[in-house]
Amino acid sequence: MKTFSSLLEKLLFTPSRNRKKSALKEYIANTPDPDRGYALAAITGDFKVKNITASFYHELIKDQVDYELFKMSYDYVGDLAETISLIWPIKSVKIQEELSLHAFINLINGNSKSEQKKIILDLMNKSNANERWSIIKLTTGGFRIGVSAKLVKLALAEYGNKNIEDIERIWHGLSYPYLNLFEWLENKSFKPKIKFSDMFHPMMLAHPINEEKDFNKLKPSDFFAELKWDGIRVQLVLDNKNKKVYSRTGDEISQSFPDIISNINGNAVLDGELLVGRKFEALPFNFLQKRLNRKKPSKKIINEIPAFVKLYDILFENGNDLRDLPLSKRRYILSNWLKLNPSECLDISKIIDFKDWNDLKQIKIESTEKFNQEGLMIKSKNSVYLSGRPRGLWFKWKKNPLFLDTILMYAQRGHGKRSSYYSDFTFGVFNDNAIVPIGKAYFGFTNEELKKLDNWVRKNTINRFGPVREVKKELVLEIAFDSINVSKRHKSGLALRFPRIHRIRWDKSTNETDYLKDIKKAFF
Amino acid sequence: MMAVENAIITHGHADHARIGHQNVLATQNTIDIMKIRYGDKCAGSFQSIEYHKPLKINNLNFTFFPAGHILGSAQILIETKKSRLLITGDYKTSPDSSCQSYELVECDQLITEATFGLPVFQHPKPENEIKKILKAFEKNDTKTYIIGAYALGKSQRVIKLLRDAGYDETIYLHGSQLKICDYYISQGINLGNLEPVSYKKSEDFEGKIVIAPPSALKDKWSRRFSDPVICYASGWMSIKQRAKQSLVEIPLIISDHCDWNELITTIKSCKTKSVWVTHGREDALVHWCNSNNINAEPLYMQGREEE
Repeated sequence: MKTFSSLLEKLLFTPSRNRKKSALKEYIANTPDPDRGYALAAITGDFKVKNITASFYHELIKDQVDYELFKMSYDYVGDLAETISLIWPIKSVKIQEELSLHAFINLINGNSKSEQKKIILDLMNKSNANERWSIIKLTTGGFRIGVSAKLVKLALAEYGNKNIEDIERIWHGLSYPYLNLFEWLENKSFKPKIKFSDMFHPMMLAHPINEEKDFNKLKPSDFFAELKWDGIRVQLVLDNKNKKVYSRTGDEISQSFPDIISNINGNAVLDGELLVGRKFEALPFNFLQKRLNRKKPSKKIINEIPAFVKLYDILFENGNDLRDLPLSKRRYILSNWLKLNPSECLDISKIIDFKDWNDLKQIKIESTEKFNQEGLMIKSKNSVYLSGRPRGLWFKWKKNPLFLDTILMYAQRGHGKRSSYYSDFTFGVFNDNAIVPIGKAYFGFTNEELKKLDNWVRKNTINRFGPVREVKKELVLEIAFDSINVSKRHKSGLALRFPRIHRIRWDKSTNETDYLKDIKKAFF
Repeated sequence: MMAVENAIITHGHADHARIGHQNVLATQNTIDIMKIRYGDKCAGSFQSIEYHKPLKINNLNFTFFPAGHILGSAQILIETKKSRLLITGDYKTSPDSSCQSYELVECDQLITEATFGLPVFQHPKPENEIKKILKAFEKNDTKTYIIGAYALGKSQRVIKLLRDAGYDETIYLHGSQLKICDYYISQGINLGNLEPVSYKKSEDFEGKIVIAPPSALKDKWSRRFSDPVICYASGWMSIKQRAKQSLVEIPLIISDHCDWNELITTIKSCKTKSVWVTHGREDALVHWCNSNNINAEPLYMQGREEE
């Protein structure tokens, strides 16, 4: 437990991604199996301890300290794991041998609640504050140490000197403590073999296109274009026994879409967009939202809002991995596959004919302005199917952004390289005479502009709340965003999708900015 | 805090020693520190008092005892024939070789500070905390390690801890730290070789330790170092989220105040019948006293900020 808790502490306090990765690599190199596998699974969230909740620890601490004092402390610290780890009475218990992470996990998982209590009590007495914090975080879930699964995989790839793509492609089929993975990374064995239908396959994502830079370099005839559907990206994994729908993050959402599951057959892995509507006519995203996050949708709602999938791609067919074939080939296989496995829930996302980029631009304007589509996708005909967001292969060309003139309200210091700069900005709009926040943005400006903004914030601070500064309501920020929704997140009751600072309007005065009531009129 | 005619001052921190009093009574160290920080004329007149030597004022005996907080810090005992009142000022009972050691004083009425008056504050040993930096150094000695530490007291203590742990390289100081360090050295506290940061290049600080006031870490000042490791010496650093929020990479839990256990041990050991709690989180300590059959009440004062 000691090495694991030092790792967690190190990761928590290291702001730089690269240094976090090095810390992970070092841990992997120096920690024996199966501990390192358990640790990585705990960090990526693949592994959870069952049955232990916050109330378990409340009961535990009641026997240790005056509960009133605990409550005062909890109120001050604000985090249960931290409060308990710090308030735990320090006892001079003789430390016997170190309990390994996997031994601890096996002890906890294999025992009844009352036994669990004894084990944790004993361990808490033998540990220091940081170790206690790790034990509580490990057993209640959610470390919040700023390490993504991606970073863990990158560390693994570097450690084993392997291609990250090779790790991505098997990752979702592995299970902790990943003994077969480590054997392969250390060249003691072959790459783990996993049946295609036993896992989610990481998706390929697109970059936003830069009209000025990219189109000059790209040859129109090398690319396919298709509509960018405004639903949720899904993966269908089908074999003769199982049928599964996964979200883009790999969460299984089959339960929410029994209409799709019961209407598809075959032996393939398909990539597409889940939409709602009849006869493959997609309804707006709001309708789809009514179907999301319902574990058991009623027959009524399924009838009212039936779901279907527009297919973009095929990754496997009859157990054959097609991902290293060019997209043009995969699209050909996809249409043949659908002919053999027709379904009232599956349709192909059609390829759009276009002559050159100007022609495509006309198509984009028409589809976004007249038909309110999200935009277009542009994909290299030769692209193989890679996980993540590889450069130069797939592009998204979104509809033109919307703009609002807003007023800077608060600024917060950033992280890493930006830690001495006020670089996270909260902006608002007039609601009668008050200014109410409408969103937050931390990019869209150049480094030069950031320096100027930082300077302005320092000179115009009127209040400080920890790392946050409230500023004079004088600076106008022109915000670009993709769409606007009703939301409780901000006081204005609205939330912007993908907001960024488009221009700093040093020239504008705040009485030229947009008013909340006008914004509501214009968009709703 | 207001300027008054007669001020008795426990120690030199700005929230305890202010300018403009007519007459100041304090230890010689405190008077020197006030003069260094605010100038020779920061008070009308100064009267210095030695530890342990009672001074009679209006039939009351005033005696100063070391408080172990910073150089010259004092607890003040006020006695009549019948009763003894002890004002701790800021204090800590754990050892600190950068200032006079705390002494326990028995009393009938105690006024204690409670900066860390919650049981979550159980400060670890400072000599172990300082090793965190030296260990980080062993792994990577090409980085600049900037330690945030208050200019008076904390900074010198951190330097002393580094020296006691065997670090004998030059330590670089932010401009605001220099005078007080010089003063500590003149008082026989060996701080080793110190140099101002001044306008050197960022490469010159690779593999060096720099000490700066915490405010400078957030300031443009810190931009002269390329990708430094930010460390911060404070009792508050035990709270991870708080340390993380101030973007600290190596939190050093080094405090100049009593932690919870020191506070309750002091209350028990000084045999007081009654406690007034001030300067910090009064509620928890009052609650503890009451549940241990000691009279206690919060004593609210003005002008209090965090360490």
